[in-house]
Parts: sequence; C-alpha cells; structure tokens
Amino acid sequence: MFALADCNNFYASCERVFRPDLIGKPVVVLSNNDGCVIARSNEAKVLGIPMGAPAFDFEALFIKHQVQVFSANFALYGDMSNRVMDILGEYTPEMEIYSIDEAFLKLQGFKYVDLHAYGLNMQKRVTKSTGIPISVGIAPTKSLAKIANKIAKKFAQQTRSVHIINSDEVRIKALKWTKVEDVWGIGRQHAKRLCALGVNNAFDFAQMDKDWVQKYMSIVGLRLHQDLNGIPTLDLEEVQPKKNIATTRSFDKNFTTLDELKERVTTFAVSCAEKLRKQGSCCNSLSVFVHTNRFRNDLPQYARSIVVQLPFASNSNYELVKYANIALERIYKLGYHYKKAGVIVLDFTPEDATQLTMFGNGNPNHTAIMQTIDKLNALYGRQKIKLASQDLKRMWVMKQEKLSPRYTTNLKDIITVKC
Amino acid sequence: MAVLKLYDTITLDIYSALSESVLELPFIEGGISAGFPSPALDFIDLKIDLNKHVVKHPSSTFYGRVKGVSMIDAGIHDGDLLVIDKSLEPKHGKIGVCYIDGEFTVKRIFIKNGELWLMPANSAYEPIRITPENELLVWGIVTHVIKAF
Repeated sequence: MFALADCNNFYASCERVFRPDLIGKPVVVLSNNDGCVIARSNEAKVLGIPMGAPAFDFEALFIKHQVQVFSANFALYGDMSNRVMDILGEYTPEMEIYSIDEAFLKLQGFKYVDLHAYGLNMQKRVTKSTGIPISVGIAPTKSLAKIANKIAKKFAQQTRSVHIINSDEVRIKALKWTKVEDVWGIGRQHAKRLCALGVNNAFDFAQMDKDWVQKYMSIVGLRLHQDLNGIPTLDLEEVQPKKNIATTRSFDKNFTTLDELKERVTTFAVSCAEKLRKQGSCCNSLSVFVHTNRFRNDLPQYARSIVVQLPFASNSNYELVKYANIALERIYKLGYHYKKAGVIVLDFTPEDATQLTMFGNGNPNHTAIMQTIDKLNALYGRQKIKLASQDLKRMWVMKQEKLSPRYTTNLKDIITVKC
Repeated sequence: MAVLKLYDTITLDIYSALSESVLELPFIEGGISAGFPSPALDFIDLKIDLNKHVVKHPSSTFYGRVKGVSMIDAGIHDGDLLVIDKSLEPKHGKIGVCYIDGEFTVKRIFIKNGELWLMPANSAYEPIRITPENELLVWGIVTHVIKAF
C-alpha cells in the first residue's frame, strides 16, 4: 500500500502558523518579485482569485475582501517542509518526497496494521506538531493514493482528512468521482482526446482497452492504466540529480538596453554555475531567453530563446557567462521593453567524467578559482564575490514588500539581555 | 544551537530551532587533575549535546523571545528565550504559549472545576479566565527557558 501525505494550501498554512489570526481568512502568497499569486488559502480560492493571477490586476479585490497578501518566504516554507517530512519519515522506512508539500510513503509489511488508524494518527500528529494541516490518501497504488488524497481533502469533515481505498468497491467509487483531466499524469492534450471518446472520468479510463492506451498514450499511459486498476506499477522514485537547472527572474522594471540585460544574464549564468558545482555536474549546453511584459498590450511584444552548445562541458562562471552573453547578443533586439530573462543549463555530465577535447579545453585554473569563490561566498554571504561584469551594487533587489518576518543568525545574537 | 527567526509579534518573537549544529562539550568523568596524565584521557568520548537535552522533538520545537514581566515568579523574565514544543498536549500546571485575542502570550495553564484559566506568575497581574468569547489557541508548551547572565 501507498500513502500520499499532502499539506493543505502549504504556503498559506505556513504563514498562518505564526499568524493564527489569519485562520479562516483569505491569504495569498506572491511569487518572487511579488509578481503573481502562487498560493491561495481556501477562502482566497472562493473569492475567485486564480492561480498565477498577476498581483497588480487583483489589488482592488485584495483590498475589498481584506485578503492578506504575503511575499514568498522560502526560508520559512523550506523549514516547515523539513519538519513535516521529518515526522512523516517516522511512519515508514521508504518515502519519496515528491515536492515541497507532498510525499509518498510506501507501506510495505503493514499487513497487520489498521492503515486507516495509522493514517489518522499521521494526520493528527503532523498537524498538531507543526501547525500545518495535512491530508492523507491511502491506496494499493501511487495513482490511487493521489486520488484518495483528493477525496480526503475535498471531504475533510467526513473523512477527517484521511481516505483509504481498501476495496474494489471503494476504488471504483473514487475513480468515478475523478474527472479524467484531474488524473495524475494525464496531460491536457490526452484529456481532450479522451473526453472526445466519451471517457470522462478515471473509471472510464481504467476500463479502456490496454492496447489502445499503449498505442496512443505510450508505455507511460499503460503504466498509469494498470496502476489505476489497482496493480502496483509506479514505484517510489529515487532522487535523481537534476537534469537541468534554471535561473530566471522578472525584473522590477523594464529593461531596454543590451548592457542592462547582459548584467542580469551574467548574474543568472553565475547562479546556474554555482548550482551545477553544488551537485557536481558540468553542462554541455545552455539556453537563454528574454521576453517582454505580456500584460502590457500597449507595448510591442517580443519573446525569444536560443540554445548554444558549449565546446566542452563546464561549470565555470567564466565559461558559462561567456556563452550566455554570446547567446543573449544573438536574440537581443533593440526597441523592446524587456520584463524577464533567464538562463537554463542543460545536458549534464558528471564533473569527474568530462571528456577532454582535442582543442579548447576548459582552463584547469578555473576549478581552483571556483572552489575559492564558493568557499568565500559560503563564508561571507551569497554573491559577495562577483564577476566585474555583474552589478556590484545590486545586492538583493528582489521585490518583497510583504515578506513575513524572518531570520536571525544565531543564539548568541538574540540573547542580549538588557536590565 | 542556532535559531532562525520565523516570526515576531509585539510580545513574542518566534524562532525555529536549528539543531544540525552540534556543540559538543567534553564530559570528563572523575574530574580533571594536574600532573601525571590520566589514563582515563583515552576514554574521553562522552560528550554533552545540549540540543539533545533541550530539544527533544526538533520537528515540533520553536523558540520564542519573552517581552514583559508577568511570569517572573516562574523564572521567566523579559528577554528570555523560550523553548516551545508544539507536539505536547496542554495539561493543568504546564506553561503554555497561547494565542489569545490576537497575540501570543505565555502563562501557566490552570484547569479548575471545568474552567480554564491562564495564570500569571507575578502578583501584579490578574489571572485570565477563558470564556467561550475568548478565542484561545494553546500554540505550544514551554519546555525550557534559556537565559544569559
């Protein structure tokens, strides 16, 4: 059996742990730079605030309904997530942390355990110990656990936030309740095609002919089909090193000149290089994109991305910055107001297994320089040591006007007692 | 032991416990003497990790900073650091961090004849009787108080 434990409205719930006055009131959390809504409490959902809503479009509504708005406080969310996961980890030796707010627990060898009671205990303990309410779905397979979780969340009162699929009867009822487009792993395109065939819910899909599923939805669809039929097919996934890394930002104001964009792209490339070194990878290619503000219909629109191949695998700031800027120069056009840019590094090879090429290998001195830079930045704070082509004055300009209070550094600093 | 500031209010700052850092102080059984090197030196492997003693449940432990004097007779003074465990059940006699009428407060929980009271530990302050009109949330239970002298 599998359990899926999922935090309810996670970011909003994190804010509420320390602001109990906001329980029962609408809360939204904005993305980096306070751009758009990335999390909503149930009350905010009821007000019709959609996911991804641009904050400025909804400002009047926020005020009218006294919606509490927060800038994303990822230090807080990360810490609260770790707490939730630590407690969940005590319930099984095998767990897959699927995202910041949900985890699959494999419950093998629990034959003589009342799993429903086990789920209730888990739900209660996490909710009490961390203040973050969770929902738990338990079922013979992962995709069914996902559905069970949705039911637990939707009917929180009746289920006490825990739902278990432990018979075929319950499974069929759950599948019939689930719209085909809401099935985990069925994308929008497939959902459209299935609906056209009269396959409206997960039960219809599970009843479909295997051969059809394999033919039109490949082996991935077939696995899901089996999993929904109660045959455990999808197993816990091991944490893999990331396959690509992106650093992208919306700007606090529109940029028009190449120099302004170059500074940003340089900083993003440096950030990608840092992340690559952290996981011990080098990239063989990188992609740069820029685009204008899609919500400004009054301005000319432009969006473009480009992939460049590196001559050799690298994770050096210098190399990545060099190629990111070459890429940017190719796609930059004068006369537009740019709102967002990003660097994505792709096609990784492990740091210790890079191929040497006949010509133009990376400068071996870079490795030592990068190690030194990483050490200094770890010691003196992020981005203390920069390339000269980065804006040295720009320290941390993310727009976070509604950030909930955060960090101090250590105990010594706080216990200054004045008498 | 380091702390991460998570939240603050007028009366209480809330910190998150960070217990990865381990401050180990050697604990030498039998005391320390000068002169002939003790053969016991080979066995200095017992260490005291305050984190383990003060933070029993890292996942549910938060820190709070005290502001005010209503609990001085319980040894809780202005500026002290509270170690708060959210996983513990509120019981008669325990010191709790409560959220009442829009703010966090620290008081002793008192249950008498089916009535719930928040008791200060300072004769200058009145006990607070909790009525159905109060919105009370027992946020966590204080397990330790840390002071600097």
